[in-house]
Amino acid sequence: MNLLRPAAAAALTVALISPAIDGAMSRAAAQSGEVNVYSYRETKLIQPLFDTFTAETGIKVNVISASSGLEQRVKAEGENSPADVLMTVDIGRIDEAVRAGITQPIKSAVADAAVPAQYRDPDGHWYGLSKRARVFYVSRDRVQQTALTYDELADPKWKGKICIRSGQHIYNNALFAAAIAHLGEAKAEEWLRGVKANLAQKPSGGDRETARDVAAGKCDIGIGNTYYWALMKNNDPSKKDWADATRVVLPTFEGGGTHVNLTAVLLAKHAPNRANGVKLIEWLLGEKAQQIYADVNYEYPVRPGVAVNPTIAGYGELKVDSLPVAEIGKHRKAASQLVDKVGFDN
Amino acid sequence: MRELGRAGLIATGLALFTALIVALPVVSVVTLALRPVPGLWQDLMQYVLPRTLRDTSILLAGVGTLTVLLGASTAWLIAAHDFPGRRLLLWLLPLPLAIPTYIAAYVYVDLFEPLGPVHRLLLLWLPPRDAIGALPNLRSMLGAIFVISLVLYPYVYLSMQAMFQIRSAEFAEAARTLGAKSWTIFWRISLPMARPALAVGLALALLETLNDIGASEYLGVRTFTVSIFTVWLNHDSLPGAAQLACLALFAVAALVALERYGVRGRSFTLSAENPQVAARAPLRGAKAISALVVCLIPVVLGFLLPLAYLAYQTLQRALYAQLDGIASSLMYTVLFAGTATIGALILGLAVLTANRWWPGRLTRACTAISFTGYTFPGLVLALGLLAPLVAFDSFVHSLLTSAGLPSPGLLLIGSGFAVSIAYVIRFVAVASGFFRTAYARIPKDYDDGARMSGASQFTTMWRVHMPLLRPALLSAAVIVFVDCLKELPATLLLRPLNVETLSTSIYQYASRGSFEDGALAALLIVAASVVPVIFLTRLSDVPTRSE
Repeated sequence: MNLLRPAAAAALTVALISPAIDGAMSRAAAQSGEVNVYSYRETKLIQPLFDTFTAETGIKVNVISASSGLEQRVKAEGENSPADVLMTVDIGRIDEAVRAGITQPIKSAVADAAVPAQYRDPDGHWYGLSKRARVFYVSRDRVQQTALTYDELADPKWKGKICIRSGQHIYNNALFAAAIAHLGEAKAEEWLRGVKANLAQKPSGGDRETARDVAAGKCDIGIGNTYYWALMKNNDPSKKDWADATRVVLPTFEGGGTHVNLTAVLLAKHAPNRANGVKLIEWLLGEKAQQIYADVNYEYPVRPGVAVNPTIAGYGELKVDSLPVAEIGKHRKAASQLVDKVGFDN
Repeated sequence: MRELGRAGLIATGLALFTALIVALPVVSVVTLALRPVPGLWQDLMQYVLPRTLRDTSILLAGVGTLTVLLGASTAWLIAAHDFPGRRLLLWLLPLPLAIPTYIAAYVYVDLFEPLGPVHRLLLLWLPPRDAIGALPNLRSMLGAIFVISLVLYPYVYLSMQAMFQIRSAEFAEAARTLGAKSWTIFWRISLPMARPALAVGLALALLETLNDIGASEYLGVRTFTVSIFTVWLNHDSLPGAAQLACLALFAVAALVALERYGVRGRSFTLSAENPQVAARAPLRGAKAISALVVCLIPVVLGFLLPLAYLAYQTLQRALYAQLDGIASSLMYTVLFAGTATIGALILGLAVLTANRWWPGRLTRACTAISFTGYTFPGLVLALGLLAPLVAFDSFVHSLLTSAGLPSPGLLLIGSGFAVSIAYVIRFVAVASGFFRTAYARIPKDYDDGARMSGASQFTTMWRVHMPLLRPALLSAAVIVFVDCLKELPATLLLRPLNVETLSTSIYQYASRGSFEDGALAALLIVAASVVPVIFLTRLSDVPTRSE
């Protein structure tokens, strides 16, 4: 690496001295009007947003999306990385990216004004983009209760009546981490054992299959994210039955609120198009983008004053759990170990 | 030691190069694993490994048994018999390979779960409660074994079919003249002689199963690979994950030993008289129908059913509207996969050719190393490949910029060449495995004879080896190409900005829970597989002497 630094410095000098070469360099060329996004969100979900951004600003958005490993890629690419903006979909990932040292403070007054303090990093390394709650899909026929808590999932009255996907999936990992933050490890273990004892079947499938299992009568309560239900209800005629047979309840922790996970944006440490990156981040937090986000993806916008989608609003009022994001991130590993310890997935 | 001719020299050079590039990601994963991870193993030993190892063993045993049953029986029927429908089956039988395991899992769960089409059908005859009870539970160990085997048996089929074609000739005919029945020939002659091929096909199917994450997780089976990912993502411990991946290497070493055992003592090669193909025995009446049925079962369950489901979803959801956008994905997919297939075949052939002309410790080591790329899960391999790729890219960057030339940015990663490199590293093992069994069948006398009559090593290879390697070459080409088409984890991580392949397109939909919207991309993977499969099976099907 010692050899590379002088080389990079030489490159920079050459680039400054001769604008002719400047145009040929991809990194430099990118600065004229592009921004590169590394995303854990699927391209198809965010493309409408980026198209609008390009139409408004003339800045082209280049995207790569993956399921895991993007932090490692950015880190490996180092100073030559084309990454400007990172988009993540889970609390744990935000933390991981910041600790990997691949981000820089965004320092934007516009973004600070748009996002409530609970949903952004005090040091400005990340901003929340949208929220999704981890909730219950309950049977319309068999469950009369309208208010439920996460805590009572361990109540023996639900024996053989609960369905959930793998306890190691990131959505459940964050939920169980929040449970540890609320209850402490010992109590949380007891709780998780209780939930395990109530499961109707071995954890498997995804959140959609969970709704299907409830609809089919395999269980009465399924645990899933808010947007899956709306997608089944409104966007997929073949799954509408599953949504219709179930009802969404926004559960709370006793003495707390509903568990919410965040999607977030971060700025890459060596962003070659820093200004455009910040511009994109600010735009994504603007009213227009937040509205598109809420309506296309059925997520809760992070910006106050932007209306949630009517289907999502129909779930009732969301009382967000007040645990700081960092606090949940801290307990992720313990939550994962707990799942192994109680044999949750076995 | 044989003298080193030009072909041997070139092959040895390429073999060393192959070993080097395959070793890069492996070394980088091992290096990562050397970092201490306090407390991890205590936890794993106590709560995770007993269960994981049990589940993984059962899954592997189940998939192993079923793939061998399906693959060996169909390969034997196709290679040694003539019956109505055989020509069609010849290219249909390898095609389940084109259905990614996780897609097969989604399709089967969707079809057989409550509220699905099969349930609705049962409701016509059964009361609602009984109808649910009559449905199989696919989200289970048995379900996973069933679904995974249905799409992986072609590894065994292709490797054994290539072997049966050439192998059975002399002995089978001798046996037949002595009055042996077809069944006896299979058990007593063809199967024992094809054991090395069986071992290769089986090893590939089992490694693929071991490294699967999508289907296993979805069906609720806790495999070793699922644990690797949990440690990485939920414990935030990449070194811990690397340690587990290295432990998996031991499991793989055991598999390789098994494969060695399969090859052990099988040094008898073809008679020098006639290394040709045996006449296929014509089947008639009930026998012909049974043969047809046996071959149709895996084709229908592993290919036609998922295909029909994907086609139905494509029509139902009017997905053909995506066709414009998906054209570029198809182009990238074929480009990456095509490049990688050629690369893997050349390197795999080189490794085994080096072994042939210059057998020794060095070339044997190259062969062993060429198998290791297949032993890691795709994503672990891709992670291990990041550092060497970027090091190369940075080197090129600094070299060019210090010479005052414009920089290409990150050359390999930025251009997508990294994806093809990852494919080659991963799938060169398929080519090596197939060539190894094929070469083992060619008597060394042939080489000596050809060389003594003045043929160069090149000529000997071209005129003597190639015709006998052809079935293996074509089978390996099909497997590598189709494997590349559907490869997902390395493609996701290593592709350049704005590039989608067919498999990453499917993933885009699957990851938000509506994989049905990716049905068109899945169909295109199948379509892209059908063309080479038809072409290559036609080439590889040697006409019987009676024809």
